[in-house]
Amino acid sequence: MRTRRWAGDVVVLLALVVWATPFFWQLRTSFTPDGELLATSSALPSRPTIVHYTAVVERSVMPQALGNSLGVAALTTLVALAIGLPAAYGIARLPVPGKGLLLLAVVASTAFPQITTVSPLYLLMRALGLRDTWTALVLANTSFALPLLIWLLAGFIREIPIEVEEAAFLDGAGRLVALRRVVLPLVAPGVASAALLTFLASWNEFLFAYTFTATEASRTVPVALALFPGVFEVPWGDIAAASILASLPPIVIVVGLQRWLVRGLVAGAMKE
Amino acid sequence: MTARQRADRLAGLAFVAPAALTLAALALYPALWVLWLSLQQRVPIFGIARFVGLDHFAFLATDPRFWNAARVTLVFTGVSVVLELVLGMAAALALQRQRVGRRLALSLLLLAWALPSVVTARLFEWLYHPSAGLVNIVLGRPLNWLGDPTLALAGLILADVWRTMPFVALLCYARLLTIAPEVYEAARVDGAGRLATLTFVTLPLLRSILLVALLFRTLDALRAFDLMYVLTGGGPANTTETLTVYAYRSLFQTLQLGFGSAIGVVIFVLVMAVAAVYLRALRREGAAA
Repeated sequence: MRTRRWAGDVVVLLALVVWATPFFWQLRTSFTPDGELLATSSALPSRPTIVHYTAVVERSVMPQALGNSLGVAALTTLVALAIGLPAAYGIARLPVPGKGLLLLAVVASTAFPQITTVSPLYLLMRALGLRDTWTALVLANTSFALPLLIWLLAGFIREIPIEVEEAAFLDGAGRLVALRRVVLPLVAPGVASAALLTFLASWNEFLFAYTFTATEASRTVPVALALFPGVFEVPWGDIAAASILASLPPIVIVVGLQRWLVRGLVAGAMKE
Repeated sequence: MTARQRADRLAGLAFVAPAALTLAALALYPALWVLWLSLQQRVPIFGIARFVGLDHFAFLATDPRFWNAARVTLVFTGVSVVLELVLGMAAALALQRQRVGRRLALSLLLLAWALPSVVTARLFEWLYHPSAGLVNIVLGRPLNWLGDPTLALAGLILADVWRTMPFVALLCYARLLTIAPEVYEAARVDGAGRLATLTFVTLPLLRSILLVALLFRTLDALRAFDLMYVLTGGGPANTTETLTVYAYRSLFQTLQLGFGSAIGVVIFVLVMAVAAVYLRALRREGAAA
């Protein structure tokens, strides 16, 4: 009986390894010398090499793109948190006039197709002289990150028993003190989950970045990868190495910060 | 109104105002502006900007390329969402009994979902390589997945299913974990076999989360752009050109800002209509439960 349990678990794990094959195959390709790329004869390259990684790091725009993506995603997350956290608290706990309308706007804007708002946002960025800057990308990404964040955080704040806050008021604490000393520590895991999802969405964003950037000064990783140059033939090995580098932050989040990621994903769907 | 209530109202306004203003500027304003753009002929490089009313929409009504893109969008959405729901549910049921290596299992599962879709496009472009791609090596046939008009859409759908099945699986898995063991115990005591338990206990409990997954996935599939734009660019012969790709090409390749915005408005209406239908169904579900 016990061995059967084990066997079942192993079968499921193997099936999941098979599902992840497209990624592992790219990993293999990134270490395969050019000569072996078009004539695969074994599961692993016979002479593994790191030439594709050195090529990408030394002779492509990827390093700069990684910096741009990191900066834009981190700033988007910070801006959205700074604006979204107070708003979420207000929606969850305070008598705000027009709250229903605001909630409707939040929910509706999470469903906005980016392709619909890309043309007015493009004209807006051009009018503000923001084309090819981080600022343009942070603003554009905030348009989808902020509603997502408010939605998630308001849910997490509602989960905190109101009595905890009322106890703080009875002790003479004001609204702001209670928010900082009582609510914030309790909602911190939720903030971490929401911030992770925001960062990930911003890291992966392509359409806005592709449209509002023009040079490597602001091009993000997905854009650099989509435009990865090939002179005479497609440099499959270099592209593989570049895609592995582009995947590193998502991998860290999925493997290392899984608990928070899963919590955020599930919370977003389970609340109505 | 007490002083406390007045203070709370003020605090509420102060807390919410920055977010409300940001949303107004970055979401509401563009949404209205795009409506206005869709009523204009705008070609910035030639300095053309004039009001044409509903001309773009009238043109779209008889535009074969538009109807082709609409068909591709609906086939892509319908087929990939159904496959994702079925496979995702199966994966969740398999994971439900997992004792050993749960974290590893979730890592392997969520990896595909967390990658940027541009990376997914690059992964599958290489997997579909006519002579050296893993897919053809496994099949033992030299199929030109992305170049053959009869195969490209299937290839695109497969890549999307690979990427998003894990999302459905995770939602179902999370729901399954909340089912109390006593429920299964009771079913066993009542003499229900495996199939009966699945049909009469597990699946009904998954209903509402499946509806939520259906909502999210349909909206995302209708809005999808990155994957097809990078993997096939809408080709070959427009067989994978969705409404989003048609809109993008009109906006930024042929630089018809007005016309492209009109397609954007159609996508917007489609997405909002689907969202409204699903939300109504969800509310009814909530009332029934």
